[in-house]
Amino acid sequence: MSILTERIRAANASGRKAVIPYLPGGFPDRDRFWKELAALDAGGADVIEIGVPFSDPVADGPTVEQASLDCLEQGVTLAWILNELSCRKGTFKAGLVLMGYYNPFLQYGLERLAMDCAAAGVSGLIIPDLPLEEAEPVAEILSGSGVDIICLIGLNTPEDRLKAYAKAARGFVYFVSVLGTTGMRESLPEEVLQKLDEVRPMFNMPIALGFGISRPEQVAPFGDRIDAVVIGSALVKHLRDGGTGESFMQGWR
Amino acid sequence: MQKGYFGSFGGMFVPELLMPPLLEIEEAMNTIVPSEAFQKEFNAMLEDYVGRPSALYRCPNLSKKLGFNLWLKREDLNHTGAHKINNALGQGLLCRHMGKKVLLAETGAGMHGVATATAAAMLGLDCVVYMGATDVVRQSHNVRRMGLLGATVVPIESGTQTLKDAINAALRRWIADQRTTHYCFGTAAGPHPFPTLVRMFQSVISREARAQMLKKAGKLPDYVVACVGGGSNAIGAFNEFIPDEGVQLIGVEAAGTGEPGCHHSAPLNLGTPGVLHGAMSMLLQTEDGQIEPSHSIAPGLDYPGVGPEHAHLQDCGRARYVTVNDGQALSAFHTLSRSEGIIPALESSHAVAWAIENAAEIPKGSDVLVCLSGRGDKDIGIIEEYEAKKGC
Repeated sequence: MSILTERIRAANASGRKAVIPYLPGGFPDRDRFWKELAALDAGGADVIEIGVPFSDPVADGPTVEQASLDCLEQGVTLAWILNELSCRKGTFKAGLVLMGYYNPFLQYGLERLAMDCAAAGVSGLIIPDLPLEEAEPVAEILSGSGVDIICLIGLNTPEDRLKAYAKAARGFVYFVSVLGTTGMRESLPEEVLQKLDEVRPMFNMPIALGFGISRPEQVAPFGDRIDAVVIGSALVKHLRDGGTGESFMQGWR
Repeated sequence: MQKGYFGSFGGMFVPELLMPPLLEIEEAMNTIVPSEAFQKEFNAMLEDYVGRPSALYRCPNLSKKLGFNLWLKREDLNHTGAHKINNALGQGLLCRHMGKKVLLAETGAGMHGVATATAAAMLGLDCVVYMGATDVVRQSHNVRRMGLLGATVVPIESGTQTLKDAINAALRRWIADQRTTHYCFGTAAGPHPFPTLVRMFQSVISREARAQMLKKAGKLPDYVVACVGGGSNAIGAFNEFIPDEGVQLIGVEAAGTGEPGCHHSAPLNLGTPGVLHGAMSMLLQTEDGQIEPSHSIAPGLDYPGVGPEHAHLQDCGRARYVTVNDGQALSAFHTLSRSEGIIPALESSHAVAWAIENAAEIPKGSDVLVCLSGRGDKDIGIIEEYEAKKGC
């Protein structure tokens, strides 16, 4: 079983949703990043998404976009993230996933990426601009290295595409809760419940809900339809407002 | 299965949330666009509203001076003053056939924004145009035109505040508004099916020009020359000549100031393959895959990427891509204005400049067809500012 599936299932077995915080690599600065990452891990994060910064993040709202541009300004690169992670390999209880746009991964070299992710203890990649059709050849190169490509689906994904994703998906499937970009919302659309009812039986793996989520109350109505929650912009804001990874996790565990 | 590739370039590198609306456009492109009803309606609009066919003009004075026949395909004479209207009207009409109410567009120089706003006004659609905050300032004339046409212009403050960021913002807006909105992409770049759809609507340029050359010159041109930013006027000017092996296709990229180390807009000449705005193509980027800022005196060429079909035409050797710098383009701008009484857009001036700069190598008596993609009224402010700075 994938490490990511395992971590989420372990959380579910103890009667709770798995918590997946998203922290942009090198945020809030290059030194504090590692401190906050360790604090999220110690605070009980089940999986942690580390953002790989990109100059043109089309699936992100203003909070994550700004964090991404700030990180680039500080010289954060995929190579730096992977290199520093490999020095800390084995120190995290949480499963680790990189989330980033395709071009930085492509320029890094996909074979090299597969090798270095394995060496750094990274178990999955979330690539928001790599839909099913384009993900296939990439997944092929990564297969065998123990690195899963995490699929994203959403409110407008039709049945035939859901079926194809159900075949291709590994680790967990990421359900995007809004027709929109990342960023905190007051409430999630009501149609999410209905869509999750359609999606649930099609995937024999955990479902994580992400985009727009900032408070545990928001996910309560979803009950057993989801297994994990991704929180991104709210964590970025929490850290910008002077909070820590530790205090953030207290709100979620 | 991968879709929309030209050789190893193209594809659909977009969030899954954009796949359904893109596949919906693909379907409409394959079923609605070829239908007799659509073609009849579209061709009537091109004739009566745009003023097509656009003239093919042999420049008498420059031809004499240069030693070859310089032919201009006068897209500058179209309604709204550039080739952009061909695509905006086509997509606007398609939008209406698809039952959507809003045309969303990005714009750099503002020409595609104006064309889309025009199409929306004429077709009874709402129009929202995303434009980098820097471009809003340097192309304020076009911003006012869009306002008069009833469009909402949204200035984008993020990133480099130019075309690239306007596209990011428009894609984000489209994710949210896809049910009511058609994204009227302005150039032959972006994810499939846009490069093909835009080529379909811009190919009217070469379809007309080919027939006009045969009629007026009695032969095909030896060269077809067009400027390349995203590449929509170029792919439109090239397309019908691609099977004509004797016709050399020359795409002219903007070299910016032309000084070493300076920013430019020449990804086909100086870039590397990568993925931006939904397609694999040639890009200006760092080794780490971050997109680098571009520069050109011509705002419509100021873009770090290029349409994937151009990357392919370069790769397979069918077209050749060259560069012209700001100074050469400006010089050609003045030459054409004074010799022929035609004030070209700074973008199109790059194509004219190639013909002038290479006169020594072009065999005497050749027929050189240049796509004059737009008129230069919009650029007068830029030129005054540039020349004041240079002290000329």
